[in-house]
Amino acid sequence: MPAGREVAIVGIGASKFDSVTSGISYKELMYEAAVHAYSDAGIDVRNDVGSFICCAEDFWEGNSISDEYMPDQIGAKLRPLFTVCGDGLLGLAHAYMHVLAGVSDLVVVESHSKLSDVTSKDLVEDLGFDPHFGRIPGVEPKYLAGLEMRRYLEESGNTHEDCASVVVKNKRNALRNPRAVYGDNLSNQDVLASEEIASPLTKREISSPADGSVVVVVASAAKARRLSGKNKPVWVSGISWFSDTPNVEEMDLGQALYASNSARKAYEMARIRKPLTQIDFAEIDDTYAYKELQHIEALGLAKRAGKFVSSGKADPDGQIPINVSGGSLGMGSFVEASALVRAYESALQLRGEAGKMQLHNPKRCVVQSWRGIPTQSGVTAVLSI
Amino acid sequence: MSEKVKFFPGREISSKAMESGEVLTKYYSADLNYSWSTGIAVTRFLQELKQGKIIGRKCNKCDRVLVPPRIFCEDCFRTTDEWVYVKDTGVVNTYSIAHVGTDASRLKEPMYIAVINVDGPTKGMGFLHYLGEIKSEHEIKVGMKVQAVWKPENERTGSILDIRYFKPI
Ligand SMILES: [Zn+2]
Repeated sequence: MPAGREVAIVGIGASKFDSVTSGISYKELMYEAAVHAYSDAGIDVRNDVGSFICCAEDFWEGNSISDEYMPDQIGAKLRPLFTVCGDGLLGLAHAYMHVLAGVSDLVVVESHSKLSDVTSKDLVEDLGFDPHFGRIPGVEPKYLAGLEMRRYLEESGNTHEDCASVVVKNKRNALRNPRAVYGDNLSNQDVLASEEIASPLTKREISSPADGSVVVVVASAAKARRLSGKNKPVWVSGISWFSDTPNVEEMDLGQALYASNSARKAYEMARIRKPLTQIDFAEIDDTYAYKELQHIEALGLAKRAGKFVSSGKADPDGQIPINVSGGSLGMGSFVEASALVRAYESALQLRGEAGKMQLHNPKRCVVQSWRGIPTQSGVTAVLSI
Repeated sequence: MSEKVKFFPGREISSKAMESGEVLTKYYSADLNYSWSTGIAVTRFLQELKQGKIIGRKCNKCDRVLVPPRIFCEDCFRTTDEWVYVKDTGVVNTYSIAHVGTDASRLKEPMYIAVINVDGPTKGMGFLHYLGEIKSEHEIKVGMKVQAVWKPENERTGSILDIRYFKPI
């Protein structure tokens, strides 16, 4: 078995994405995504799938033991299912292990966001902070992003202007993505002049909430071959995850160690030594604009990410296109599902089905996630065709 | 300590230790708010309850009527086909007599909670609800026939509690 060709994504599906989906329940969103994914993979979910993995956080769901409410709408009633309290890529990592461990040769991964149902988003974020030392009363929790951004810019030498060019690029990219709802034509000045939320972070550097569900069907190499499939398998060539300490005072706010460490392992699995020449494009976390820069550097795609982005090297026609889909700044933040949206967009690119956004013949990409404030946790995956 | 356990290593925390601050806890209360979209299927269902009617969705492949309704059949994994009204009568599948309230106090009058399989839909569909007009708990039986007792029309809000309870018939 060639390395990096053991586990493949053989089907992808998504519900419609929108800033608000008030007429539709989260179960109905999940059903829509699942129908698309199973049809894309050409499988009979009730007979073919041996394991189901959902990625959800109970506080976002508003329901404890939320995994109990997942099976029916993705075809998993009376089948093995569990929920990962983490982002969608972590679910993909579990699917990868299920396939290699022989649990099942066909695994379904689902993640969704119904953020429009959560009317106290900042409180849910606040609950993620350390109860003894981390909850500063009276302020909205995004101050932690402001703290991290300042430290990162100080250490890296990138500028606030560079962060603004991330927003400009991603919102412009989103204009060509039919699934993106936050596309816009902005200037750096528009971004820098927007309302200050937690200085230096401004409003337009923060991704806005979006609703949607993504389902991914994962198979062993043998199963992928047997599926008659109109689709070429998208191989999960490497995948790894990593966490820093939860203590804000001790975590490395300057560098995204969760990204650099998980990337090192994922690259090793995928036999990537020089990401700059071996990676064709990247779909990475940009929950906040500075995060994209920080992640570009952690993933070894550029030494000075600010210059890389502001000089156009991360544009769709640049050296390594970053977030051609529009990223979270252009498509919205789907919390736990953001990373699976990135994987979905990457698979479309690799399969040559990205429409107006299609890059020229990409072979390999890196997909990367971050779990949002106050975490220093994330996943990196290498996908190839 | 129970009768069987006479000795356990360590020591119990006394209320004095708590009061004196020797043992500390951190109190936090979260006031989380959600506004769940009821969605395509359940929205129609709730609107019909307000009219005093129970509606389900039928799957034409397995011929089941799903109550409460959903847009997908979880057995066949396909989109359901049509809206079907069902009766407001049914059968007690199982029941429990609840003696303790939400604040852990003993209830003056016990509450009767039941799973009710509604007539018409496929076996196993229906409601988790109260039983009412029960003279003695001994009259409740698994398999007993019941009927919905509705709130007056002007008090209905489009909620499962528009049915006040199910009574024996
Ligand atoms: Zn059916």
